[in-house]
Amino acid sequence: MIDREQVLHVAKLARLRLDEAEVEAMAGELSGILGHVDRIADLDLEGVEPTSHVVHLENVLRADQPWTSMPPEVALASAPEPFEGAFRAPSPQADAD
Amino acid sequence: MPELEAVIGLEIHVQLATRTKMFCGCALSFGDEPNVHTCPICLAHPGVLPVPNEEAVRFALKIGMALGCEIAPRSIFHRKNYFYPDNPKAYQISQYDIPICGAGKLGEIRITRAHLEEDAAKTIHVGESGRIHGSAASLVDFNRGGTPLVEIVTEPDLRGAAEAAEWARLLRETVRQLGVSDVNMEEGSLRVDANVSVRPAGTEELGTKTELKNMNSFRFLQRGIEAELERQREIVGAGGTVEQETLHFDPASGDLTSLRSKEEAHDYRYFPEPDLVAIAPTEAMLAAARESLPELPAERQARYETELRLDPEQAKRFAGDPALSEYFEATFAATRADSETEDDSQSDTAAIEPRVVANWVSGDLIATLRAADKTDEDFRDPTVPPAALAALAAQVATKAISHGSGRKVLTILVEEGGDPKAIVEREGLAQMGGDDGELAAIVAAAIEGDPAAAEQIRSGNGKAIGAIVGAVMRETKGRADGGEVNRLIRQQLGL
Repeated sequence: MIDREQVLHVAKLARLRLDEAEVEAMAGELSGILGHVDRIADLDLEGVEPTSHVVHLENVLRADQPWTSMPPEVALASAPEPFEGAFRAPSPQADAD
Repeated sequence: MPELEAVIGLEIHVQLATRTKMFCGCALSFGDEPNVHTCPICLAHPGVLPVPNEEAVRFALKIGMALGCEIAPRSIFHRKNYFYPDNPKAYQISQYDIPICGAGKLGEIRITRAHLEEDAAKTIHVGESGRIHGSAASLVDFNRGGTPLVEIVTEPDLRGAAEAAEWARLLRETVRQLGVSDVNMEEGSLRVDANVSVRPAGTEELGTKTELKNMNSFRFLQRGIEAELERQREIVGAGGTVEQETLHFDPASGDLTSLRSKEEAHDYRYFPEPDLVAIAPTEAMLAAARESLPELPAERQARYETELRLDPEQAKRFAGDPALSEYFEATFAATRADSETEDDSQSDTAAIEPRVVANWVSGDLIATLRAADKTDEDFRDPTVPPAALAALAAQVATKAISHGSGRKVLTILVEEGGDPKAIVEREGLAQMGGDDGELAAIVAAAIEGDPAAAEQIRSGNGKAIGAIVGAVMRETKGRADGGEVNRLIRQQLGL
């Protein structure tokens, strides 16, 4: 079960602000998802290799060839408050306070 | 209170000198205008897929092999989740429980692991009173974001600040000679963090460690560790306990300041990166990495010490400077080639000791170049070709000229170039042997000219011989062999 404290902790790490109703809802939904995944534990998986991926591919790599990057004005087009060619983000210091 | 022993481990981030980023084709750069090397992948736009750079994988394998690491038959990437403006995905793609390179060793220091990951963007924090009106903000430049990194982690095997800096230098030289990184600490292509703790000498349990960051030179690395060891010894010596924290080194003041713990939420919620498949190095990938490994500094130093019997300091100096080392080897090879082509009648051209050749290169040649303001930083296009230096060394070794004359020839070689034998003839530097009696006559005259010294030598004052040797050298303008002069003086004095 995911309790209220765990929801608030994860929300804080993700910088999400949840109101009381959302915290309640999230606790229920996350518990449901984990409970569902937990059913795998009921299976007999003796001798089954753990997997980290659903597709059986290895070494999907690309050659070290440069491509044309986006023009900076395009890169910054979705930035709300660019400043002197840079993205501007809220200060993490202010955020932590 | 028993002595407190230092226990130090290092974490080294190496920016790989590939052409493009780790997971997209944006070019790597340093010092360009901000945000000119970005794309939807490294800006984390929705729906994009990262694809690893095969050259970065090859470089990581080379580093692993050079550090004697076990190469994982199959390794995977993880997401390391954290929220900070330097990473638009809110996670860094890194490796967690199955890194590409496992346990290894460099020198006496054990390597825990070396793994692939991506660098963060560069952020500049601007305060309220700064250039931007209004609230404090971070300005973010994503040119660096996504640069391939290899993070190398050591076991806590280092026992002092100087030892740590010394080992870090060996690591830097090793990675540099692999040709996989610029390893420039000031520009941040090599970043060394130190985990520092103390414990009573002779005990095994590790004390609480602190992590030191931002030491952008080996000198600062050493100073930062020294300062932290002193701080911890004071705390523990006074019966206190060290608090686990991250400390930021200020090169200007030499102070260590604690980073605010709120920024350091070490709760990264790693999970396997679903957008990437495993790396399972094939025989061909391993062979490609192995075949491109050069002889590395530690191996080269060992070879110079054991096979060529150079002294350890000199072996280390050559091992740490590939261009100088190649120059030395070319010169050494040329001395061998010379002595092999000489016919039997000149078999007294005994092979010159490697140590002697090394002295010519690292001593006489470098001193002469410096004196002439021709520092010859890289010996790839040397002022004095190896064959010329070898021929000169041979002239001195066979006593055709004295060492002093050899230096004169070297000065001319540095200034004008040319053939050492021709210079010897032109300058009349050929050594005066004892055969024709000319040197014996000069020695006799010198003894006659300083009867007081001669008397002192006869009565057992060996040092007095210097006065007569000096007189002979002045008379012969340094063309006489010191050993021969000594022998003649003793002979003529009946000693």
